[in-house]
Amino acid sequence: MRAMKPAQALADLTEISAQIEAAVILDSSGAVLASSMAEMPRSESLARAARQLFTAAEETMGGPGGREKLVQLQAALPDGCVFVVRDEDRVVAAVTTPDPTVGLVFYDLKTCLRHVAGEELAPKPKARDRSKKAEAAAAAEETESGEG
Amino acid sequence: MARGRLLTGAVIGAAAVAGALMWRRRSRKHDHVDLYFADGSMVSFEHGSMDAERLLPLAHDVVAAARFAV
Repeated sequence: MRAMKPAQALADLTEISAQIEAAVILDSSGAVLASSMAEMPRSESLARAARQLFTAAEETMGGPGGREKLVQLQAALPDGCVFVVRDEDRVVAAVTTPDPTVGLVFYDLKTCLRHVAGEELAPKPKARDRSKKAEAAAAAEETESGEG
Repeated sequence: MARGRLLTGAVIGAAAVAGALMWRRRSRKHDHVDLYFADGSMVSFEHGSMDAERLLPLAHDVVAAARFAV
């Protein structure tokens, strides 16, 4: 699969998920690669705030070299939710409406990152060879229907 | 008659206050931060814990940044 441009991946994300109000994709240095918001200063402040939250969460667990690598977080507030997901090279942060379908939002955010990275989302099903047994059963069925 | 109305008013007022307090308590309980790690483990910080008190204001900043010009 070819890598998708971050802006396109984000446009697809916000189109698919009605629960997502705003989202940004950042690179590992924190620079904004794409944003669902038109104004750059707002995108940058969202990116900065999301990074601060993620860094603080990492520090809570002993820093980047701590226990295990933090890969995603969700903060639930009465007026909305914050989601941050990261892969090796990028981070996507999103703000949603209150009480979103958490699993679905995480799935959509991870899919967005995979699209940008150009990863294959699901292996294509392979055509299976018919076994001899299945062929024999099919032939028997055909004979029966021909006789009846 | 007037006493009855006063009593009814007081009961309704008390019920409204109790309802508001319960709603506030419920919505506060709602606040939490869940952290997910590469090994598949998850840690949840509920409202009232020290870590949640540190992380929830930062989450508020993210929501504010998304909704209002900061």
